[in-house]
Amino acid sequence: MGQTFAEKILSKYSGRTVVPGEIVEVKPDIAMSHDNTAAISVTFEQLGVDKLDDPDRHVIVLDHCTPPANEKFAMNHKITRNFVKKHGIKHFFDIEQGICHQVIIENGLCLPGTVMVGADSHSTTYGAFGAFGTGIGRSETAVIMATGKIWFRVPETIKIIIHGEFPDGVGSKDLILKIVGEIKADGALYKAVEFAGPTIENMTISSRIVLPNMAVELGAKIGYMIPNEETLEYLEGRAQKEFEVVESDPDAHFEKVLEFDISDLVPQIACPHTVDNVKPITEVEGTKIDEVFFGSCTNARLEDFEVVAEVLKGNQIHADVRMLVFPASKDIFLEAMRLGYVQTIAEAGAIIMNTGCGPCMGNHEGVPADGEVVLATNNRNYKGRLGNNESEVYLSSPLVSAHSAIKGFITDPRNN
Amino acid sequence: MSIKGKVWKYGDDINTDVIFPGKYTYTISDPNEMAEHALEDLDPDFAKNVKENDIIVGGKNFGCGSGREQAAVCIRMAGIRAVIAKSFSRLYFRNCVNNGLPVIVSAEAVDAIENGEIIEVDMDKGTITCAAGTFEFPALPPEVRGIFEDGGLIPHTKKILGTD
Repeated sequence: MGQTFAEKILSKYSGRTVVPGEIVEVKPDIAMSHDNTAAISVTFEQLGVDKLDDPDRHVIVLDHCTPPANEKFAMNHKITRNFVKKHGIKHFFDIEQGICHQVIIENGLCLPGTVMVGADSHSTTYGAFGAFGTGIGRSETAVIMATGKIWFRVPETIKIIIHGEFPDGVGSKDLILKIVGEIKADGALYKAVEFAGPTIENMTISSRIVLPNMAVELGAKIGYMIPNEETLEYLEGRAQKEFEVVESDPDAHFEKVLEFDISDLVPQIACPHTVDNVKPITEVEGTKIDEVFFGSCTNARLEDFEVVAEVLKGNQIHADVRMLVFPASKDIFLEAMRLGYVQTIAEAGAIIMNTGCGPCMGNHEGVPADGEVVLATNNRNYKGRLGNNESEVYLSSPLVSAHSAIKGFITDPRNN
Repeated sequence: MSIKGKVWKYGDDINTDVIFPGKYTYTISDPNEMAEHALEDLDPDFAKNVKENDIIVGGKNFGCGSGREQAAVCIRMAGIRAVIAKSFSRLYFRNCVNNGLPVIVSAEAVDAIENGEIIEVDMDKGTITCAAGTFEFPALPPEVRGIFEDGGLIPHTKKILGTD
């Protein structure tokens, strides 16, 4: 019997052949933390260890509240910078660099066939590069600092095969929202999810990232896809160490195989207040909006900027709408500027913000008022997610967000 | 170990944004202060009225969404001594174990338990007793139980490192 990707990589890292349900102890290649490093460093110091087990395994990115909104956030950053210096952590990225998951990818630290953990639930993102990427807690990150190790339950795997070509106006965000809406927020609880099929193989890197990124919204431990040719080319000259692609065996046992044909897929919207409350855009078209949040680790990459700029070119954002734009990284911002996207988007009346997570967990930068409706390109719309539990959040693709920003209500891009 | 307390019962897919709002995640570091905001966007009466030894009962996928550990810490500091659910999000499950808070999976018990009733959880026997009857739940894997029995991941690790 062959092994799935998850079984194979956890066998390799634990040094024995494992099956789903077993508990294994592994040493991850990368452990990421962000603004929460300040709290993690306090916990680490309680462990009674002077030095990090291996400072080079840790990646620290300040992105969750940048620049700091008040003195408390500022202290977090200061404590983190001091900790980085004290322990000689070389993979440190300060507030100008971007969102942790994107920065890790751009810096060649997200590698196929490696085990990557992050003190952030969207660490499932790393599966877009064929890594075993999953979120962990703050205490666990502190323990990895001290011991290098963490335990996992070996997950069963659900394979999701995608067929067909995206119709006009429909993209990877619509696909993942469709999947979340169909199999629900616990549809892959504790499981590894492997995205496969010709559609996945042919998607761009930025589009592919969206799927494992939001696999956690299915409850998944990891989201995984075989790195395609474009991914391997991207890593050439960028990868910080050698790697080996790990794939599921052809005779591996999958707990479930689900198939989706996207040929007739329409734009999808996640409605308040859960990510799996997904409806086709035709059912919510016309819903008035007050704010558009274009950003996050899900959808603020260069191709998203291209799509948004194309729609906004020569148009003005509706007078009753504020559109806030957060590039996923400094590199993306610079490239979007060079290509004129930033100019176009700003001319249309959007506010160009700094790179970072923005309002995604309600810390600052665009918190909505009571009764307001936000259309957001991020990954979660839970009550209070953007900082106010009296507001409503709808999730969409960047394309839908741009059309809607012009009209002032949720707008189907296929009719415009 | 036995836990006897009043039940706070909630539904399916209770997410960590409503258990501990994101806006506090980088500004509140005192665990006692975290307790004041527990379940703030789900049940504003909870933090005011919860008592030591109370028990939270949830539906499926309890603790989904963000992996913020404060969502486990805040309810423990508020007095909660066990969470019973039909299923847990994996990060929430880990965060509870790592903070020494018992997490119990029993769909039958969840369906039977009434909000507000007093129930008893016997961790050694693996039973939950409520007005409707007694329900058994499976033991945690030994590796995980060890963390829980040492009072959480930090004391557990200190024991292994010999720094306790």
